[in-house]
Amino acid sequence: MSLALTIGLLMGAGIYLVLQRGMMRIIFGFILVTHAINLLLIASGGVARRDAPFFGGDTSQAADPLPQAFVLTAIVIAFSITVVMATFAAIGRRDDDTEPDSLTPADLGDEGQEVRS
Amino acid sequence: MTDVVSLLLPMFAGAPLVVGGILLALPRQHTLRSVLGMVSLLAMLAGAVLLVVLTADGTVIAHQVALWPGGISIPFVADLFASLVLTVTSILAVVSFQYMIASREARSPSIASFVLILAGGVAGALLTGDLFNLFVFIEVMLLPSYGLLLVLSRQGDLGGARLYVTVNLLASTLFLGGVGLIYAVEGTVNLAELAGAAVDNPATAVAAAVCLGAIAVKAAVFPVHGWLARTYVVTSPAVTALFSGLHTKVAIYVIYRIYAVVFDGDATWLVIALVITSLTMVIGVFGAMGEPTMRSILVFHMVSQIGYILVGVGLFTQLGLTAGIFYLLHHMIVKASLFLSTGALEQTYGSGRLDQLGGMRTREPLITAAFVIAALSLAGLPPFSGFVAKFSLILATIDAGQVIVGIVAIAVSLFTLLSMLKIWAAVFNGKLPQDSERRAAEARVRETAGLLDDEPVDAGAVDAEIQAARERHDTGHAGEGDDHAHDHPHGLRVPLRLALPALQLAVITVCLGVGAEFLLGLSEQAAAGLIDTTDYVVAVIGQ
Repeated sequence: MSLALTIGLLMGAGIYLVLQRGMMRIIFGFILVTHAINLLLIASGGVARRDAPFFGGDTSQAADPLPQAFVLTAIVIAFSITVVMATFAAIGRRDDDTEPDSLTPADLGDEGQEVRS
Repeated sequence: MTDVVSLLLPMFAGAPLVVGGILLALPRQHTLRSVLGMVSLLAMLAGAVLLVVLTADGTVIAHQVALWPGGISIPFVADLFASLVLTVTSILAVVSFQYMIASREARSPSIASFVLILAGGVAGALLTGDLFNLFVFIEVMLLPSYGLLLVLSRQGDLGGARLYVTVNLLASTLFLGGVGLIYAVEGTVNLAELAGAAVDNPATAVAAAVCLGAIAVKAAVFPVHGWLARTYVVTSPAVTALFSGLHTKVAIYVIYRIYAVVFDGDATWLVIALVITSLTMVIGVFGAMGEPTMRSILVFHMVSQIGYILVGVGLFTQLGLTAGIFYLLHHMIVKASLFLSTGALEQTYGSGRLDQLGGMRTREPLITAAFVIAALSLAGLPPFSGFVAKFSLILATIDAGQVIVGIVAIAVSLFTLLSMLKIWAAVFNGKLPQDSERRAAEARVRETAGLLDDEPVDAGAVDAEIQAARERHDTGHAGEGDDHAHDHPHGLRVPLRLALPALQLAVITVCLGVGAEFLLGLSEQAAAGLIDTTDYVVAVIGQ
């Protein structure tokens, strides 16, 4: 039950952040969403059995290794895509339309300075 | 023969990845990179054709990686449907890469690697028989795509690329969640072991529906199509052609596959599919109406055509699937041809806007020929492949008693023709605007200097470029007298090497139209393999 609640909480918070403006918020949102999915994968193998299949552990109570392999792969992929998204956040030149609308050039104010780099 | 080929199945995904990695280590030799990349893609095409030959009689070739027993191992499976789609994706990869070489985009150090890794990921996604591996291969497809978008988006607009990453990541994550749910219910993610599972167990049906919903985002089906029109227009035409043939079409392939195997073609849910596909057809074609550039019109038509292709799975009859598969293969080729021919104009004349082009009918005979053939084929006129595709699809809807869907399909194809006429009237008829010579020169200067579209260019450099282009043209036509004096502005022509890729694909659509019997026969066999999945299951699990 605690696992289900955690997944729900992470997913909800993640989706909320993804729907916000600002590339960094979207990235943080996706980190939460992928964590939620990783927990879901772990849960899909059943969490009651958690013995090791070696060193004298009870093999009938051994944890399901397949979801663990899934999660390991998923973590690597999620990590690499997070890096790609962070790159997209960093290299944009004046064209980040995920930023608030109020920062259009007309609104830059009397100082005439560009707020965004 | 089949045994040897089955051993080589993982190589379709593995070899391009390895070659792509090696090419990254050759940052300076762009000729060598282009040659090696092209040779690998051609080898992949040859291998795919071989697979079609071997599976044409309905044989299913399966390989268990590392020879683990069936059911435990990761399977690679090639049936006729997968082989046909793999062949056409390889053709598109070859032609798009040819265009990138012609437009000098392939000189950028990472492009050849990106295209190869993308092709490898597509081959893996088509041939894998395991849902989790499908997720992995879709990610392998997507990562080089982000790179291509980034390197070749020249309009200074990363907004589209950001949207692309965000939407695809969300869809992938959702798909992974669906795979996890399927594993939780069934204890396996092997497609063959899941055969018919969704019919027996509603929980599996819900889990598989999560997967289908996520894949529908990638296929750009209404109502989750909005990202397509904003992302495919911001990059280079060759990349748009490549993505249109590879990404959305692999997603469609997955929808066909999952519905055929996991749902076993369950008729309960088909009504939903038909409603969604009809709406996709209509929304896409209306969306194209108000678009100002050639490419955004074509991208909206892609949404509409995706609706047509998915009607096949919505009917799930022998005739419907045959028509759907034929439509899928035809559409990949025609759409890429249109993107490449209009892209050649866009890159030569410095703009893809309808109001900034004109008079191409007399200026560019080759591009005009390629465009007319592909556009008429897209609208579904004989003798091109689009006619056979639409005719058989409409026959299939009537045969299945879904006359309304058939009527929608006919009405939408009239609007498609209307849109093509709009491009024709604005771009090919009329006169080329006076300022197009300057605009084209500006675009070339921007490209050389690496400037974005909204940055100011040096007027002197543009003047020099105009002069240089005129001189290049004059020396090329020395001795022809003043025959070409009337075609202002001279020095502005689509080079043959840029027109060729679109023409090649246009020739293929003519061949597929005239010789439709051949491909229809293959599609029929492929459809039979989707309706009766016994061969697929037996080949993977044994017995």
